[in-house]
Amino acid sequence: MADLRSNFVGIKSPNPFWLASAPPTDKEYNVRRAFEAGWGGVVWKTLGEDPPVVNVSSRYGSLNYNGTRMIGLNNIELISDRPLATNIAEIKDVKRDYPDRAVVVSLMVPCEEESWKAILPIVEDTGADGIELNFGCPHGMSERNMGAAVGQVPEYVEMVTRWCKQNTRMPVIVKLTPNITNILMPAHAALRGGADAVSLINTIQSVIGVDLDRMVPMPVVGGKGTHGGYCGPAVKPIALRMIGDIARDPELCGIPISGIGGISTWRDAAEFLAMGSSTLQVCTAAMHYGFRIVDDMIDGLSAWMDEKGYATLEDVTGRAIPNFVPWNKLNLKFRTIANIDQEACVRCGLCYIACEDTSHQSISKSLVGNERRYEIIEEECVGCNLCAHVCPVDDCITMQPQPVDGELTWPEHPNNPNRVVAAVS
Amino acid sequence: MTRTPDIASSRLSDAELVVNFSDAHPPLTKEQAVVEAERCFFCYDAPCTEACPTGIDIPKFIRAIATGNMKGSARTILESNILGGSCARVCPTEILCEEKCVHNAREEGHPIRIGALQRHATDWQMDHGGQPFTRAPETGRRIAIVGAGPAGLACAHRLAMHGHDVMLIDAHAQPGGLNEYGVAAYKLADDFAQREVDFLMKIGGISFEGNRKLGQDFSLTELRRDYDAVFLSMGLAGVRAMGIEGEALDGVQDAVTFIEALRSRDKKAVPVGRQVVVIGGGNTAVDAAVQARRLGADDVTLVYRRGHEQMSATSSEREWAQTNGVTVRLWSSPSRMVTEDGVLAGVEFSRGKATADGRATYDPKDTFIVPADMVLKAVGQLFVTDPISGESILVENGRIVVDRSYRTTMEGVYAGGDCTVGEDLTVAAVRDGRDAAEAMHLALSTPDQSETSGQ
Repeated sequence: MADLRSNFVGIKSPNPFWLASAPPTDKEYNVRRAFEAGWGGVVWKTLGEDPPVVNVSSRYGSLNYNGTRMIGLNNIELISDRPLATNIAEIKDVKRDYPDRAVVVSLMVPCEEESWKAILPIVEDTGADGIELNFGCPHGMSERNMGAAVGQVPEYVEMVTRWCKQNTRMPVIVKLTPNITNILMPAHAALRGGADAVSLINTIQSVIGVDLDRMVPMPVVGGKGTHGGYCGPAVKPIALRMIGDIARDPELCGIPISGIGGISTWRDAAEFLAMGSSTLQVCTAAMHYGFRIVDDMIDGLSAWMDEKGYATLEDVTGRAIPNFVPWNKLNLKFRTIANIDQEACVRCGLCYIACEDTSHQSISKSLVGNERRYEIIEEECVGCNLCAHVCPVDDCITMQPQPVDGELTWPEHPNNPNRVVAAVS
Repeated sequence: MTRTPDIASSRLSDAELVVNFSDAHPPLTKEQAVVEAERCFFCYDAPCTEACPTGIDIPKFIRAIATGNMKGSARTILESNILGGSCARVCPTEILCEEKCVHNAREEGHPIRIGALQRHATDWQMDHGGQPFTRAPETGRRIAIVGAGPAGLACAHRLAMHGHDVMLIDAHAQPGGLNEYGVAAYKLADDFAQREVDFLMKIGGISFEGNRKLGQDFSLTELRRDYDAVFLSMGLAGVRAMGIEGEALDGVQDAVTFIEALRSRDKKAVPVGRQVVVIGGGNTAVDAAVQARRLGADDVTLVYRRGHEQMSATSSEREWAQTNGVTVRLWSSPSRMVTEDGVLAGVEFSRGKATADGRATYDPKDTFIVPADMVLKAVGQLFVTDPISGESILVENGRIVVDRSYRTTMEGVYAGGDCTVGEDLTVAAVRDGRDAAEAMHLALSTPDQSETSGQ
């Protein structure tokens, strides 16, 4: 049985599944239910200074695709809209009752040292295990020079992180915004400021859709809409890339990463671990189905680790990073060719039309008796994988790697005007 | 012992009859339709479309349902098949589009519910959109159509769309043909056939005259004289006789007559036996048998002379009959009507089997009797040639001969639907009517009338 216990910069939890700072961790009631359901930890919804913010009514917008609800979710909710004292009292109670779980508190106060100095001891007094700096909120708070407004300026990230490190003994996790061009810039800044860890990604600035009858971006608040923060399964690829960028960066010295971004299943979790995460934060999937989803996440991850022979989380964390390389390091001599399993083929023609219209015309169509037959024209196939992706039947179209004769990357390629000339021996 | 034939009307209450003759397969809700539409793979060069006699672009209309483009969905169906609404209800989709659905290759018996989706889209159009097509400027050409069934209606609509004036003539009081008079009531519930005719007629330029019989009230020569072209779509007006003893007894009736009575009269007024035997293996036999049950018959036995592979009713039709309490007996050939005191009491059948070469053989000594106070014959319908017997129209094997442009051997006279050779399906009749209309339109629009047959 795989050991799923996690020790993340000294913050211990029985499993790596934490609920991200968001509506599911807004108050004691929810958090107790989450812990009863088996979650390893929570990042309490962001606390700010009193008086509390005011949230709008009509807060979420959903992206549905082909019958699947909420493949993406956007929200225009702000940080906790409850008095600081209420949150603090509840955090204290919960931590007391669940000493084995991770309770991290997300914070966002104005970009002034006094504000941070004031709130840190109050939080520390709850017995919380750590703090997460919300430098990511992309709406509402950023317009008040907080959240993403800080996260987008590396100097501010560094500065606030340093204030926190200087004023608390709690571990400091810096939550990064993806609304930047290069995630390494704020990550480096966090490290310079003394961050113990980073967590990412926060939500992505988005307009989820437009109400075409009222001509208003959604969600609609009294006839108007605003941009929100995008999350859910659809953002997973963006998160994996940014996490991988940080995990493989030599200057970041393996800074611990708490992965966030559309994690919905144990398989997603395993991928986030493989790309360098040590803990996993979940929100949208819980908002979609309730806290019970953690059962299968724990169970599935554990079973998969057993099957692969990984004993602990550390065995998985960053496992794919050595193979996550810049494009220039890919072997241009590698070739893969599609193969259609004629027994499994249902003759829908989707591979054919995709290849014919939008790829390399490397699938032929013929009639054998009354039966359609689609075949790969191997000489034409560039191995793009498109046919395999559009095929509705699992394992019907498979990509067959061909024998490789040596290695040739772009820096050495004859077509590269700036190629590195091989040294003459 | 004396028996009286137990055939009576009003076996069931009005309330029971309403339930029994309401929509056999209720429509999909919007949510169900979208879920089903999203299941469609949107095949390229789709096999379902190839299997549809009218060639509806099925993936296109289904995708439009999934995207919420109901108008586009309905238009896609109706531009190929203006009777898409009734075809959605009466087509044997399990041997046409749905049989070819690639989902069957993954999970046999779970094709996309194309018929139900087609109904969803066409219902939407009739409820919200009205007639989606507009007439071309009037051409001044006049075309007569004899027979206002699916072929005639489809032909009329397409001709009207091209700007021609159409006179639709039928022997029945109402237009609709088999949809109005020859299909089980629960397949086209809520007066759908007439609603569809009304919808179709909204294109304009189509007049209807009922209760007029060709060869009796008017002749083909007269039509040829008064109109620029004629389309014959009279369907099959005759029924095959079994040629056995007792066929003329009281209580022995053609299934088509029984079905027509159910469609044109108050159901409570239609008499039905307590024990009914239906002879035949087609959809008419199934429609008669199930409706006899639903009208209140205690026992209904459908007897077919060969096996279910040879039945023209599809397996789902047969199962529908069985779930409605109809007993199906195969490999039994009727030999005579059995009487008691001169009154119909049953039917005697000879048991049979298939020979090695696939033919049927019956043993006249191995017989059994199915008790019956009512016998419904559904052993096939025939084209009645009398109305055109004096004309120069070639009839072969009991059907009007047409070329690929639906032209008969009489100049300016076209024909299609069941009165010509081909599958006797509503959807095939619609295709004939539509394509014949295009052929007539082409001929009428071409100044030189000397084009040769074929295309």
